[in-house]
Amino acid sequence: MPALNDYLFVSGLLFAIGLAGVILRRNIIIIFMSLELMLNGANLSLVAFSRYRLVNGLPDYNAQALVFFIITVAAAEVAVGLAIIVALYRARKTTHVEDINSMHY
Amino acid sequence: MPTLLFYLFALIALLFGAGVIVNRNPVSSALCLVMSFVGLAALFIQLDAFLIGIVQILVYAGAVMVLFLFIIMLLDLRSEKRRRINRLAWIGGAGVTAAFVFLLLAALQNFQGERFPALRPDIAATLRAENLPADAASTDSALIALTAGRLPDVHLTGEVLFTRFVLPLQIVGALLLVATVGVVVLSKRRLT
Repeated sequence: MPALNDYLFVSGLLFAIGLAGVILRRNIIIIFMSLELMLNGANLSLVAFSRYRLVNGLPDYNAQALVFFIITVAAAEVAVGLAIIVALYRARKTTHVEDINSMHY
Repeated sequence: MPTLLFYLFALIALLFGAGVIVNRNPVSSALCLVMSFVGLAALFIQLDAFLIGIVQILVYAGAVMVLFLFIIMLLDLRSEKRRRINRLAWIGGAGVTAAFVFLLLAALQNFQGERFPALRPDIAATLRAENLPADAASTDSALIALTAGRLPDVHLTGEVLFTRFVLPLQIVGALLLVATVGVVVLSKRRLT
């Protein structure tokens, strides 16, 4: 079986991909998807730690409860965020972040 | 074999994850994201987190992705037109990401990763039998599964959620309700 390091590396790389997407992309929906990718990278490291640090011979279920809450909150966040994007699109007819600059400076 | 599967699914998660940010068409990005989540769910299941893996498929690859695709098609987004890129911002962003990956490599190099520990359902079974009242032990399905050497993952996760994390669970339920109401309010055409 792969070691804990391998899982942490994959989780960190997923987070880095998400980070790159958030910083480099200019489409607000892609930025939002990259945020989801970052959340999932964090989830993977939580699950890996829960499996590698056994408590009484079983995985640490506190960590998995935390992952469960993260997934729930992320689902709520996606719903609200996409509603905001739709409202923004109605007002401005664009999803390009550089066109949305009325709060710039 | 588990190592091979790990590399396969890690590769799926990472390559399709990269596809999300490389694709110009939002629909292909969303579909890449689905595949990335599926690969990640397989990694969760390989880590014996069966409930989390299934929830990942149901919530992310199911509900969240349908929502994303629905919004992309509702707004009728086409492929982005190429624009003049802000070179300074691009270099800065790539630099931040490269610095993060470098830090990750440096941190993991000094980290002594542990070997994959074998699950010990027998230890958990004896502990559980001690804490249960004598008459409940014969009907406790988690104890029966643990004694048989299986991992009753859903039962144990649910037990933690509904005993130690009852209050957060209620708060998250309220949060979902608030989010639903908030989305309806936001989606109204006229905010008065």
